[in-house]
Amino acid sequence: MTLTITDQTITLKSFEKLKELSGENVKLCMQCATCSGMCPMTAEMDHSPRKVMHLAQFGLFDKLSASNTFWKCASCHACTVKCPRGIDIAKVMEALRQQVLRKSKNYIEPSALPAERIVELPQIALVAGFRKLTS
Amino acid sequence: MKISYYPGCTLKTKAGNLETAALASLLALGIEVEEIDRWNCCGAVFSLTADDLIHQVGPVRNLIRAKEQGANKLVTLCSMCYNTLARANLIMKNDPVKRDTINRFMDDEIDYAGEVEVVHLLTFLDQEVGWERIREMVKVPLEGLRIAPYYGCTLQRPADVGIEPFGSFSLMTRLFESLGATVMPFAAADKCCGSYQILNGEDGAQSTAATILKSAAEAGAEALATSCPLCEYNLGKQQGKLLENGLIGTTVPTYYFTQLLAIALGVAPESCRFDLNDGAALDLLKNKNCLVAA
Repeated sequence: MTLTITDQTITLKSFEKLKELSGENVKLCMQCATCSGMCPMTAEMDHSPRKVMHLAQFGLFDKLSASNTFWKCASCHACTVKCPRGIDIAKVMEALRQQVLRKSKNYIEPSALPAERIVELPQIALVAGFRKLTS
Repeated sequence: MKISYYPGCTLKTKAGNLETAALASLLALGIEVEEIDRWNCCGAVFSLTADDLIHQVGPVRNLIRAKEQGANKLVTLCSMCYNTLARANLIMKNDPVKRDTINRFMDDEIDYAGEVEVVHLLTFLDQEVGWERIREMVKVPLEGLRIAPYYGCTLQRPADVGIEPFGSFSLMTRLFESLGATVMPFAAADKCCGSYQILNGEDGAQSTAATILKSAAEAGAEALATSCPLCEYNLGKQQGKLLENGLIGTTVPTYYFTQLLAIALGVAPESCRFDLNDGAALDLLKNKNCLVAA
């Protein structure tokens, strides 16, 4: 992946917002990719968790907001417990999701779920999914 | 002995088998269970953004209900409830600024500062009952049943609320050994089942579930045990589809750990609600002669 850095791509405000929402400093990341190795959803993601951390370090939020990585994150915290730099990566993913959701955008549409699926899904799946993927 | 208990939404409906088996087991062990009054949804997932306190109100209200009843411990069964309640409790105990904001927001409630300890049933069995006592109480040993303990994410992660360290499965291991079963460790035991991603297109959740089931089967396990209704849904109720799609080659019946405990303690199978499991779950126990005549 080629990163082109211009004065437009680095948005200090977004960087600060990410830090404020997650409480984490992505600049601590040393790009070891332990998170990508631990993540059970990497195959579904267009950018691995390591790449997302790299994009976040450079403040490339335009690229980040188009990524599906944080939408595929299952908040399993496997990355968080294994990060050698102590970064709570699950919180970084949540902060990225929230920056989109807080603009009243849904990633999944609850009304599009088939009725028979809703009947069989456990309540915790619905509550968790709606909390993570809808505004 | 008496315990305060928080059930959570799913245990009252689709995962009724997790609860009824636990209550019957605790009765058999001579433990009185008091469900807390007026409990509400735990929120299912812990809010991970630093500025979002409104989603902590739900779990904290449940902790206040327990405090009002004079409890110093609140026992949970569902892994997701355990996680949200335990993490919200840590905020109330350790973060004076957030605690103050939440307490002032809930001005109809008594103040709360983390006085109640959130305990998962597995920890309770270890600390308050003991594996030796459980071993003595076993009436129907689960002999010859090769069971793989599957914790899922929320019992173990993050570390500050984990019932034991990541990668260690000693509580379930000691429980099932006490019940006479053979415990089968397997490589994918600490992998996520896909969780709520089952709502977000099925591919991701199906491949994570298949990884776990294949790994358990390859390790020689005949069945999987869990404490989370969402894990049970992804790994148990989805197995027919996984088999149909060729993602797994063999089925691995899934149980709640409470159902295996209940059966070994001689509880009537009706109390374990196997009607809510896949049919193969009851058949396997029948084949192993683990069911007392109903």
